[in-house]
Amino acid sequence: MKQSFIALLCGTLFGFGLAFSGMIHPENVIAFLDITGQWDPGLALVMAGALVVAIPGFYFIRQRHQPLMASDFCLSAKTNIDAPLVAGAALFGIGWGMSGYCPGPAIAGLGTGNLDAIFVILSIYTGFMSQPLFFKKINSGR
Amino acid sequence: MEIMTTLNTFFGGALIGLSAITLFLFTGRIAGISGIMAGFKQCLLNKTAWRPAFLLGLVAGAFLYTLANPAFIYSQDDNTPLGLLISGGFLVGLGSRLGNGCTSGHGICGIANFSPRSIIATLTFMSCGLLTVFLIKHLFPEL
Repeated sequence: MKQSFIALLCGTLFGFGLAFSGMIHPENVIAFLDITGQWDPGLALVMAGALVVAIPGFYFIRQRHQPLMASDFCLSAKTNIDAPLVAGAALFGIGWGMSGYCPGPAIAGLGTGNLDAIFVILSIYTGFMSQPLFFKKINSGR
Repeated sequence: MEIMTTLNTFFGGALIGLSAITLFLFTGRIAGISGIMAGFKQCLLNKTAWRPAFLLGLVAGAFLYTLANPAFIYSQDDNTPLGLLISGGFLVGLGSRLGNGCTSGHGICGIANFSPRSIIATLTFMSCGLLTVFLIKHLFPEL
């Protein structure tokens, strides 16, 4: 219950940040990926802003033995660079470039009245469910 | 890019980073949206509601921003063709499951933890995204 409350607050902060940065709008994502057009460095700045906070944040939090409200930190145990990782990231990148959406802005987009996001979310779930059909089941991670 | 926009963009990113480390500090969870979206089965098995709560927050946070800035309501006039949205969304879903993460999980949390897998994943999806937009713009300039 307490964890859900924290998750709700963190989700709200995340959604607000996506909107504040403008990255919630797919045309800004496409403008970043379109390096031969009028290149917009926006997405790189969003990542830079996030990493400036997250790199020291994760470093200091990981000095702790456990999180405040749970017994363990849930970090992926995988360390090897394998074919599913690279193939998955490649398919993800192609889909991202085609649609201009990744999962965060698709969900958060509902809060800005973006009706396209509904089609994108349904398609993302179809993609999730098709994964075992295309590739043998792989452990779920992040 | 104007200075204000640049600052907003950077600051918005910092809020996203703050969200990710706060979730990690309290719950030990990684703020990877694709994993959170796909994790409904675990929610039912373990009777935990943090995943739907986070997703609800995402919508609420964007809505709060829109309330303060009504000009931000999304206009559908300049939209991507439905076929690209649906096929692209499908590949985003399939790829993020296969590759264990998306822009948030690999691109922010994974890189912030210096995970080699996440660094490779991010470089891969960035380059594939760039190439895809390049091809679409050149093959279908009318889009």
